[in-house]
Amino acid sequence: MSEAGLRRYHANVWEEPIIMQMGSEGERGIAIPHAEKEIQKTVGSAQSYIPARMKRRRDAALPQVSQPHVLRHYLRLSQQTLGMALNIDIGMGTCTMKYSPQVNEELLRLPQFADLHPFQDEDTVQGILQIMYEFSRFMCEISGMDEFTFQPGGGAHGIYTNACMIKKYHDVNGELKQRDEIISTIFSHPADAACPATADFKVVSLYPDPETGLPDVEALKAAVSKRTAGLMITNPEDTGIFNPMIDEFVNIIHEAGGLCAYDQANSNALFGIARARESGFDMCHFNIHKAFSSPHGCMGPACGSVGTKKEIADYLPVPIVTFDGSRYHLDYDRKHSIGKVRCFFGNIETILRAYAWVMGMGPDDLRQVSETSIINTNYLIKKMSSVQGVTMAYPKQARRLDQVRFSLEKLKEDTGVTTDDVARRMIDFGVQEYFTSHHPWIVPEPFLPEPCDTYSREDIDYWVEVIRHVCQEAYKNPEIVKSAPHNHAITKINRQDLDDPDRYAMTWRAYVRKSKGKGRK
Amino acid sequence: MRKKLGLIVNPIAGMGGSVGLKGTDGEEILRKARQLGAAPTAHTRAVEALRELSALKGSIELFTYPHDMGEEEAKECSFNPVVIGSIQRGKTSAADTKNAAREMLTRGVDLLLFAGGDGTARDIYEAVGDRLPVIGVPAGVKIHSGVFAINPRTAGQLAVSYLRGEVATSEAEVMDIDEEAFRQNRISARLYGYLKIPHDEQLVQNVKVGSVPGEHESMQAIAWEVIDNMQDDYLYIIGPGTTTKAIMKELQLSYTLLGVDVIQQKQPVALDANEARLLELIEGKKAKIIVSVIGGQGYIFGRGNQQISPRVIRKVGKDNIIIVATESKIAALKGMPLLVDTGDREVDEMLKGYSKMVTGYGRSAVYRVA
Repeated sequence: MSEAGLRRYHANVWEEPIIMQMGSEGERGIAIPHAEKEIQKTVGSAQSYIPARMKRRRDAALPQVSQPHVLRHYLRLSQQTLGMALNIDIGMGTCTMKYSPQVNEELLRLPQFADLHPFQDEDTVQGILQIMYEFSRFMCEISGMDEFTFQPGGGAHGIYTNACMIKKYHDVNGELKQRDEIISTIFSHPADAACPATADFKVVSLYPDPETGLPDVEALKAAVSKRTAGLMITNPEDTGIFNPMIDEFVNIIHEAGGLCAYDQANSNALFGIARARESGFDMCHFNIHKAFSSPHGCMGPACGSVGTKKEIADYLPVPIVTFDGSRYHLDYDRKHSIGKVRCFFGNIETILRAYAWVMGMGPDDLRQVSETSIINTNYLIKKMSSVQGVTMAYPKQARRLDQVRFSLEKLKEDTGVTTDDVARRMIDFGVQEYFTSHHPWIVPEPFLPEPCDTYSREDIDYWVEVIRHVCQEAYKNPEIVKSAPHNHAITKINRQDLDDPDRYAMTWRAYVRKSKGKGRK
Repeated sequence: MRKKLGLIVNPIAGMGGSVGLKGTDGEEILRKARQLGAAPTAHTRAVEALRELSALKGSIELFTYPHDMGEEEAKECSFNPVVIGSIQRGKTSAADTKNAAREMLTRGVDLLLFAGGDGTARDIYEAVGDRLPVIGVPAGVKIHSGVFAINPRTAGQLAVSYLRGEVATSEAEVMDIDEEAFRQNRISARLYGYLKIPHDEQLVQNVKVGSVPGEHESMQAIAWEVIDNMQDDYLYIIGPGTTTKAIMKELQLSYTLLGVDVIQQKQPVALDANEARLLELIEGKKAKIIVSVIGGQGYIFGRGNQQISPRVIRKVGKDNIIIVATESKIAALKGMPLLVDTGDREVDEMLKGYSKMVTGYGRSAVYRVA
């Protein structure tokens, strides 16, 4: 421990190359044996089975690396990250970095689950259908909605599903041509704007009142028109502030003929406290990989579960799992269904974990999850209030719920140290870089902690002490913060490259092309 | 190679302010200011900014003008500057600022740090245009231009980031108001041009949101939205500014950056039109006005676009005004409303309330106008 009581962390530094730079021509992980002569003669070559139009003209540029080198490569990479299970992950506001009970992983490995195949007849999968059905009943109770689907593979996918249902609804009513606008707020998750835009809507954003941080109801009244298709909104918004006028927002949209979709990705502070139904929403979505303890999986298997009132339930993706009192069914008979948004039934492993989690909790403990989350946030706010350079956005506003947006504008003005600098320096004390906030930065130099129910008082204290220590460093020796991280697997990188379309590359091919100077332009 | 930094201090900037003279442009006013006991503020503000650069001391070359135009400030901060040009101490004028800026350009400085106000920014703009990135240390009475950092320290820090290659550049407005009119409590602001400044993208940019567009892409997206919705039977009156003129760029039309241009059916009708010409053009025709937020303070009418007069606005009608602004411009307002100051109270009242702004392709925002 250092003098400030903080851990002296140091990551493994492997200077690991990208896998495309490893190995050599002809190197193989597995030498696949040739088929026997007789078989070759009878069935011909494997290639002859591929239709000519589907054949690649050139071989795929796959890495050619031996097995031990591959194993070493990925283990080294894993040692260069600060994952959820290694550190106090309070900094990732809006992500609800909750502990995923390890015992639930055992359930996923049971052959009764692991060996299921999505093509099986429903008679042979009654068990998993029962779990899905019962979990949908839990979700209905939690939200007040009437039916659920678990097909969308993530949060934004769930929001997109809602946008598609809004679109289909107006199409069925013959008003789609006229109703081409979705209203959202700038502090809602950006997917509440991006998803309807992907579904071909125009998006109108409302800005917050500079005093309260809440979206302005008068601005909403000015925004609605005969073009309004619906409202897609987060509450509490990405500031942790709950909009107490939400019922009125919903009413205004309903009166204008639109539908209202509630983005409940950040639902961790609302279990047993507030529901979509009582606010009047027509539909909502929850991220099962957030408040319901299933892991995020790094953009991997997640679930944006979508619920609707029965009036909209005909628009849900098919199939929906139903129960007739003795058997469970896959119901494809939905008159206005938007169709499938993903193959098969969704990432059911997230549902199995969440089912186990909810069963383990029960209603009273679920409410306690939210109460703990709110208490943790407000405890963190209290601790943070004595840190020099940190201010809370919208200080006059009421209590924060699941998260809180702070600003380091004062620190930047005093010392030149930015929120990105502080985020990088935190790594040197074994805490992963925090999430500043979504764009645009309405709150300057932001950071957005979410100390959900997972974290103990000691965890929160440590996290705040790291911020305090780094801010003190900023006043004494700003260079050490600006040039951080010093103890991590990689050092500070030039962020301009990340923002420059001529430089950044999402694929190896793009990297090769751009680094040879054949960029856009 | 060592980076070269230019430093120009306008020693008299800000002197009018402390004695209520609303600016220090012109010899007569300066004399009056001195009589009233005005003290120079530019010196301390320049020093404050320069101190932020001390970490780069060994790695940059500093060029400056003699005496109180930068030499004294540089030496006070223990720099060893290359002093160029010659001036008469205590008798400097706009011409000295311009000469200094020109010489810095010839010397190939990478960045010009200057302490002054809107008048100084104008002089530098006239001398070097957009050929040299600059950062303004706010030291003047009038700070309407977008080329100034929020305070001297931030100016110094931004200079460090730029010299280290951490930030890119973008254009910012050079605005100035007519001091004589200002003294009579009339504000008459003009947009003089655009200087290149290091742009701290942090206001909107976030590394973790990989797809966040830069300022250039945002303007392009706004232009596409406006162009896609253009109707052939309308004239489009396109106000000054980089955001509005991105529309002309996308249409591959020539334009005047600071003027009001008019197009119809995506073809030019008039360039740099004045009020009379605008009135003549829209007589009996349907028209729309496209304006952006000018000058960082939130003005959409009455600053830099006075050609679009109350009479023009009345004729076109409130419903035919298209406001365009990038999200970073809106964020820079920090929640403050958009402002109008057309000089006609009734028109101002008409424009107040909530307006829709185009902020991207298929994207808009409803925002308060006050």
